[in-house]
Amino acid sequence: MTQTATSLKATPLNAAHRAAGAKMVDFGGWDMPVNYGSQIEEHHAVRTDCGMFDVSHMCVVDLQGENVRSFLRGLVANNVDKLQVAGKALYSCMLKPEGTVIDDLIVYFFSENWFRLVVNAGTAEKDIAWMNARNAETNSGLTITQRRDGANAFALVAVQGPNARAKAWEVLPETKAASAEIKPFNAVIVADTSFGEVMVARTGYTGEDGFEIAVSADRVTEFWNALVAAGVKPAGLGARDTLRLEAGMNLYGQDMDETVNPLDAGLAWTIDLVSERDFVGKQALQTQGQNAQFLGLILREKGGILRAHQKVVCAQGEGEITSGTFSPTMQQAIALARLPMGVSVGDTVHVVIRDKQLAASVVKLPFVRNGKILAV
Amino acid sequence: MNVPADLKYTTSHEWVRTEADGTITVGITEFAQDALGDIVFVDLPKVGTALEAGKDCAVVESVKAAGDIYAPVTGEVVAINEELADAPESINADAFAAWLFKLKPSNIADVDALMNAEAYAKNIA
Repeated sequence: MTQTATSLKATPLNAAHRAAGAKMVDFGGWDMPVNYGSQIEEHHAVRTDCGMFDVSHMCVVDLQGENVRSFLRGLVANNVDKLQVAGKALYSCMLKPEGTVIDDLIVYFFSENWFRLVVNAGTAEKDIAWMNARNAETNSGLTITQRRDGANAFALVAVQGPNARAKAWEVLPETKAASAEIKPFNAVIVADTSFGEVMVARTGYTGEDGFEIAVSADRVTEFWNALVAAGVKPAGLGARDTLRLEAGMNLYGQDMDETVNPLDAGLAWTIDLVSERDFVGKQALQTQGQNAQFLGLILREKGGILRAHQKVVCAQGEGEITSGTFSPTMQQAIALARLPMGVSVGDTVHVVIRDKQLAASVVKLPFVRNGKILAV
Repeated sequence: MNVPADLKYTTSHEWVRTEADGTITVGITEFAQDALGDIVFVDLPKVGTALEAGKDCAVVESVKAAGDIYAPVTGEVVAINEELADAPESINADAFAAWLFKLKPSNIADVDALMNAEAYAKNIA
């Protein structure tokens, strides 16, 4: 097979993936492992035991300065005033003035002078450019520092599954006291571990418990190898996609992007239209309102697999699948879809697959959470 | 990667075996199954369907993608591998054993024009 890796960006774990026999693919300009043999086995490892993902292509961005909270109040659609305790995290969209999605990200609060964002790989550069422009425009005087390249770069490893925390503590025993206490969507920074300073966040993209761990890029290979030795199964982006889809979690660039109103992409729960606070895109969202619903589909007939961009024929009009796959947990084809208003959970709709129209049921998301099938 | 010497091949990664009764058996290659990953669905033509060389006639779907299968030569479908409906993953396990369908070629000489193992091995190198 031809290698086209020369022009692609690589994470600090690239050599470790290749040594483990990973099948590498071009993922938005990054040379990333799609699987290490079987995507389905990796998927089941995360649902039933523990797996890990290299997510170092995502970008940590530190925002520092006196005005960081007020800057973020205007920058992101969720309300950062929900973040009052050090280490607390918040999922949010960052919107264009016209109300569409620049990116989805996680904001961590560490102090009134320091918030940390983790943004998507392919959007990091435009995100930082946008934040720099806003910083200047609003005279916020922040220091905005990317932590993906150069000195002080972080690598990110997501350790996920019912046994993930226990396995992570085997490798990072120094973090156990602090990280055993934290609830989901919280993080701690522990300075003196055998792998240097690490950030341990109880977050993820799989619907399972676990940690996302930021470790210095120059220590990450030994950290990864220690996790392998502790019995954590490396999992590729293929399993990451089926896991997040079962968990009903949006993927930027697929379920929403700069052409999509987040209210139509199932993200209303992350948009704060209640508080007085103004933020970029608020007015546009208030004007446009919600014009579509974001729901799950389960294919009920044989004849194919649900995939992105397939048309969905409903009594109320047409919808579109934004993400679809074969669910390894449910052993059925499932999808996330943007459907017309008025479609209800429990309805039967028809998906156009090649020359057929196949029946599918509309279900509430997520499909799977903490190893259990919720949507039937 | 395994490329059996006794088979013929297409540029779209189907393998073809000529049987003693003048029919041909068609499957996808080791290379194709590896590129697709875990296979979860196979859609085969009906027995009796007339296929035209180079036209899509079946679909093999993995968790991550759908792959079209093209008729290697013109002919009529005389059998399909029914077992694949319940065990599509058998293609991953042994791509050269888990055949898709059998064809009666309109002109058996068309099969000779397909690539031999050596040419196919170069094609995927």
